[in-house]
Amino acid sequence: MSVLVFVESTNGSFKKSAFEAVSYGARIAAQIGTEAHAVALENIPDDMLKSLGEYGASKVCSIKNDSLKNFDANVFASVINDIAAKLSATIVIFSMSYSGKAIAPVLAAKMNAGMVPGAIDLPKWEGSEMKVNKNVFSGKAIATYALHSEKKIICLTPNTVAAEKTENKSSVESIDVTVPVSKITVKEVVKAGGKISLTDADIVVSAGRGMKGPENWGMIEEMANILGAATACSRPVADIHWRPHEEHVGQTGLTVRPNLYIAIGISGAIQHLAGVNGSKVIVVINKDPEAPFFKAADYGIVGDAFEVVPKLNEAFKKFKSAV
Amino acid sequence: MITLTSTLFFYFYRPSEMHRNKRQNTNEIMKFLVCISKAPDTTTKISFTDNSTKFNNDKVQFIINPYDEWYALVRAIELKEKLGGTVTVLNVGAADNEAIIRKALAIGADDAVRIDAEPDDALFVASQIAQHVKSETYDIVLCGKETIDYNGSEVGGMIAGFLDWTFVSLATSLELNGNTATLNREIAGGHEVIELTTPFVLSAAKGMAEARIPNMRGIMAARTKPIKVISPVSAEKFSSIVSYELPKEKSGVKLISPEHPDELVNLLQNEAKVI
Ligand SMILES: Cc1cc2nc3c(=O)[nH]c(=O)nc-3n(C[C@H](O)[C@H](O)[C@H](O)COP(=O)(O)OP(=O)(O)OC[C@H]3O[C@@H](n4cnc5c(N)ncnc54)[C@H](O)[C@@H]3O)c2cc1C
Repeated sequence: MSVLVFVESTNGSFKKSAFEAVSYGARIAAQIGTEAHAVALENIPDDMLKSLGEYGASKVCSIKNDSLKNFDANVFASVINDIAAKLSATIVIFSMSYSGKAIAPVLAAKMNAGMVPGAIDLPKWEGSEMKVNKNVFSGKAIATYALHSEKKIICLTPNTVAAEKTENKSSVESIDVTVPVSKITVKEVVKAGGKISLTDADIVVSAGRGMKGPENWGMIEEMANILGAATACSRPVADIHWRPHEEHVGQTGLTVRPNLYIAIGISGAIQHLAGVNGSKVIVVINKDPEAPFFKAADYGIVGDAFEVVPKLNEAFKKFKSAV
Repeated sequence: MITLTSTLFFYFYRPSEMHRNKRQNTNEIMKFLVCISKAPDTTTKISFTDNSTKFNNDKVQFIINPYDEWYALVRAIELKEKLGGTVTVLNVGAADNEAIIRKALAIGADDAVRIDAEPDDALFVASQIAQHVKSETYDIVLCGKETIDYNGSEVGGMIAGFLDWTFVSLATSLELNGNTATLNREIAGGHEVIELTTPFVLSAAKGMAEARIPNMRGIMAARTKPIKVISPVSAEKFSSIVSYELPKEKSGVKLISPEHPDELVNLLQNEAKVI
């Protein structure tokens, strides 16, 4: 019995969510008296792989195979399935991210495992039955899931359980598995050029229809630049093409849960709140004191965005240059 | 004799290849299967009953899960209209799900299948659907990227896992040329254009199509379109929800004067500690 953690990397480096997943897996392993191992499927230098040990992984396995260069959920699931069998893993941990969402369900079917898609805390155990909390109704509620199966897959929601460093050291091992041939041909990869990815960002600056037109987004982007934040928008703004639809957050767009969410000129409709109310701190800037968003906010400024935002940007700049 | 053995080998060991070859050779029409789920309307105030162990259905308006309807279903219908083929919608659920199934038929699906079972575990639902797919000759199975109630993003990938078909998640466009499909999909930090041949399973995200409102003719036609009801196969349920709670309410907003934005910066730095 052991716990296996799939660590996701992009362009050869780990994101915060990878350390969170390893640390989470290690703590679950400690709960049930076993070890946690990590597996990376990209070509990652050994010293970086070793760094996963600091978060509690005993073994770190890497598979350096060119066939894993392109993302294919079936191929990745097949490889992880083989490794899980080799390491007698009965629990597999993913991050609830683009690739985790794609691989985990394919693997669940192959392993015949019960799955929790989006855990937000550490599980509790009653014998072999495991209970863990997950957000449901796009963040409008929390449900406690119970898994009764022998094999279990847990996808951890990023930015919910912080990574903890330990004294642990890990060994890096290469493992021999057959990599099936992908049936997908990748024709073109388009990177979202250097911008901070919305679902990974610690700070999100988001704006809505109150901005009046796409030409006014300069001050929003400026705030994001000063704070090192990602930009987001409400659904109508994406629907009328003021902003790209990748920025649409809410119940029918992306769910984000940054440490700080700044909403400017957004009314705070229930569908919008559903995708953002997991944020740790919410700041609302709206000229209407009755805007429903204020009820979901920690801090608010009632005022015209066109006056408030430039002043606030100056204040943020002053703060940044002081630190 | 050699040919016969190798044909037999293919027949027994590579059923999905056989399926593909058959389509290529005979130029049959595309068969789309769109999996639809029932979800509470997005304006629903969420509450619970039975000591917070059950979702309160009372007065809840149910809709087709938006990702299933707006993107998966509409794109399948568009492709059928352009290239020919059939669109079947499938729902795993009880008899009162017929209202949402009829709506999918009114939007333009040809026929429907309802698997008569409670859809309360994703692996159970996916194994029902996979079993049905095995008994038919679908080319593409389309799901929404997630449901807006349990936000699982599970069923599509699980169907693919059971069938050993390729799973394309978070697809934002789908074009077909014979049995070759070109898709755009979202990946970490960007998107990519990929190509593959049928059969496969996809999960549809925003961008794939625009929502359609059923017209009077569609609504009339939907009344007589067939809904086949099939019994579930036996499959295990590995997960269950034991209780619910509502998130903690915010303690109340602290208002800052628009004249003093530096006060907000100060609070974010020293009180909330988020910058
Ligand atoms: C099925 C369904 C799904 C949906 N899914 C989503 C979703 O996922 N995400 C989402 O965002 N929406 C979603 N919506 C839409 C949602 O109901 C709201 O219509 C939408 O969020 C409103 O966007 P908004 O706040 O930008 O615009 P509005 O509601 O028009 O609000 C604009 C706000 O800006 C303020 N304002 C105007 N001028 C200024 C100024 N100069 N300075 C400061 N403030 C100003 C106004 O007071 C107002 O509060 C969905 C709706 C439906 C029916």
